[in-house]
Amino acid sequence: MEGFVALYIFMLAAVTGYEIISKVPVILHTPLMSGSNFIHGIVLVGAMVALGHAEGAVQTSIGFIAVLLAAGNAVGGYVVTERMLEMFKSSDKKENK
Amino acid sequence: MMDYIIQATYFIGALLFILGLKQMSSPVTARRGIIWAGVGMVMAVLITYFHHEINHNYIWMTLAIAIGGAIAYVSGKKVAMTDMPQMIALYNGMGGGAAAAIAAVELIKEEPMTLTIQSLAVIGALIGTIAFSGSLIAFAKLQGIMRGVIRFPMQQWINALVFVLAITLGLAIVLSGTQYAMTTLAVFFVLALVFGIMMTIPIGGADMPVVISLYNALTGLAVGFEGFVLGNPAMMIAGIVVGSAGTLLTQLMAKAMNRPITNVLFSNFGDGGDGEAAAVSGSMKEIDATDVAVMMAFAEKVIIIPGYGMAVAQAQHKVWEMTKQLQDRGVNVKFAIHPVAGRMPGHMNVLLAEAGVPYDIIYDLDEINDEFPTTDVVLVIGANDVVNPAARNDPNSPIYGMPILNADYAKNVIVVKRGKGTGFSGIENHLFFADNTRMLYGDGQAVANDLVTSLKEL
Repeated sequence: MEGFVALYIFMLAAVTGYEIISKVPVILHTPLMSGSNFIHGIVLVGAMVALGHAEGAVQTSIGFIAVLLAAGNAVGGYVVTERMLEMFKSSDKKENK
Repeated sequence: MMDYIIQATYFIGALLFILGLKQMSSPVTARRGIIWAGVGMVMAVLITYFHHEINHNYIWMTLAIAIGGAIAYVSGKKVAMTDMPQMIALYNGMGGGAAAAIAAVELIKEEPMTLTIQSLAVIGALIGTIAFSGSLIAFAKLQGIMRGVIRFPMQQWINALVFVLAITLGLAIVLSGTQYAMTTLAVFFVLALVFGIMMTIPIGGADMPVVISLYNALTGLAVGFEGFVLGNPAMMIAGIVVGSAGTLLTQLMAKAMNRPITNVLFSNFGDGGDGEAAAVSGSMKEIDATDVAVMMAFAEKVIIIPGYGMAVAQAQHKVWEMTKQLQDRGVNVKFAIHPVAGRMPGHMNVLLAEAGVPYDIIYDLDEINDEFPTTDVVLVIGANDVVNPAARNDPNSPIYGMPILNADYAKNVIVVKRGKGTGFSGIENHLFFADNTRMLYGDGQAVANDLVTSLKEL
């Protein structure tokens, strides 16, 4: 990855993240934190690559731990966020009645 | 060709993450948002099995995903809504740990990297490790495994020293190219771990949500940096988006709590006031449930202020039942939520939503604070500091300046409380001694139950 392209990606992604959150109501702070917690679970992809080209016992064990932790981050983050947001759905229904 | 498909899938994944996060920022579309992000994640993970840099360890990989995923799935499904904040901390810590472990694998290889890439690997390792150990401490504190705060003289200086040492070793690794010793690398990681722990132990429970949110942002950054190291655009974009969104979210939370982020991290809670807090005059006056039921039943307007204590007592369902009875009698009932009610901003809304309380009778501090003078009865259940008038009129109080719900302006205030002690922060609450306040002692759920029964008998 060329340096400047990386820098552009960094800048644009940072602005995007900032813009998305800037107008969010307080009631969604907890679910949103949980949701963004899930999204950095994408580290699983990197952990798989790290384990996939690990050599020797030390690298392989660390890679294994990386995948294990990352999978926990992704799955746990999803389950918890989904449970929280599900309740918001049910109150929406009541409002619409 | 395969590589092209993989890159395209990562692109769609990153797009789904961004759109999903966008939808999660509105209550109407929030649920669709997490599903979109979930689809993006599954796609990205499955296609990674075909990544050209992965040439072995497929079985270990699948096993690790299965074990990690299964543990997280079961714990995530089982956890009570009140314990949500510490679970978020735990999963976040795992993500930070994973990012640090990726950096470890890449650095142990001692393959030539450009200066930029190696720096990013080291910075990501540092941030990820701090987020890992810090989040675990936050989890332990909220879960009650670790109680109280740990403080000692010169703490900030010792922390700073550990941090500077870690940075120095990191710099040494970067500058020595591929020639660094494995022990240097190991000590670097240990120092980062220690710093994460040391930074978190002096922070009190009330400030924990802000800290968790900060570590969430840090994990995002670490993931983003390791994405640059691996040349993986999905990780870069998702990580940096979370890093910046998380930073803003941390600021918003700190603002809602009226605690500047630097205060949370570098000063100790309760250091704000100099001099003695104003002495409390008057006495606490007790009342029983039957009288409270009568007061509320014949009131025109009742505001309920729920706090974390209500959620701990699992009283929200009974409180909602009571509310419905009052509404049937024509009483105008509203819920007032302080931004920091519960353990995180918005946590109390989740807990009330769980009990079935509709949105349209729940109000924020700004929306409802002018209504207290025209309110007949305020029922404070399990809340304490958020209704303490000392925040408004006692400059020596540690919570002075924090926005509060002006419950004391109401005609009558009923405080439901387990016992006579002070609350979470250990600050005496002047509201409890006011002339228009009556104390209703008991467990939140038992009291709510008594109120429901008394209302039925009227």
